[in-house]
Amino acid sequence: MGRMKFLCDAERCIECNGCVTACKNEHEVPWGVNRRRVVTMNDGVPGERSISVACMHCSDAPCMAVCPTDCFYKTEDGVVLHDKDKCIGCGYCFYACPFGAPQFPNGPAAFGARGKMDKCTFCAGGPEETGSAAEYEKYGSNRLAEGKLPLCAEMCSTKALLAGDANVVADIFRERVLRRGTGAEVWGWDAAYGGGERKREREHKREGQS
Amino acid sequence: MIGKLKSMTLAALAGSALFGLSACSEVPQVTVYEQGEYRGKPDTRPWEGSAFNGDRAAWEKALRERARGQSEYNRIQ
Repeated sequence: MGRMKFLCDAERCIECNGCVTACKNEHEVPWGVNRRRVVTMNDGVPGERSISVACMHCSDAPCMAVCPTDCFYKTEDGVVLHDKDKCIGCGYCFYACPFGAPQFPNGPAAFGARGKMDKCTFCAGGPEETGSAAEYEKYGSNRLAEGKLPLCAEMCSTKALLAGDANVVADIFRERVLRRGTGAEVWGWDAAYGGGERKREREHKREGQS
Repeated sequence: MIGKLKSMTLAALAGSALFGLSACSEVPQVTVYEQGEYRGKPDTRPWEGSAFNGDRAAWEKALRERARGQSEYNRIQ
């Protein structure tokens, strides 16, 4: 098995927040902590795009690099997890993460008062006995150990959010882009730093539209 | 007596000069980064739970099927 990855197809995301709700419910995430959220670019403007964002389980994760207590680890499947018993709530990982994935139950409190960091686990639990009450309480449910994918992706009504082995996810997305003939560029450099909107205006072809 | 005082003054001056000059020395300021190592509790692998009982191949197959099922083009084939 290779690397576990998320991929959000901005051409399909309808900003329903089903992924956010599914995640909250599955792991009983407390108020103020959002392991996953939907971000909309150019909200209200024709051609707006939404993407669902959580921990992207980076291959070279900056949170792991900056953690002063070395509480992060990467599983054989490329899932970035952490030990909450070691976390001191310093918030370094939050500043290092380009996706704003690390969350703190006490919000923007001072050092030490933030509480233990919480983030998306790719529904893979944490360093406690698989399926135990301790694992559920600290990290949420362990769907991966049951042979299931993260619930956010499984719940996605338009299948905009894909999860799983990077090769399988890439194959699905590649086929989708080939069939509809557009939309490969939206979740990349152009979307983040400009250029993508103009390119899309030139290419009006959308799936299901002439 | 005067000679002793002179030598003591000279020694004090030399000492203070050395102390002052030591501030001019070059201290290496390049950070040497060290690779950290996970220091938390060990975790079991996902196929080692009760659902797959250590059968990694079965777990990988189950997950691959599940991932492939996300494509409606695969489901209607």
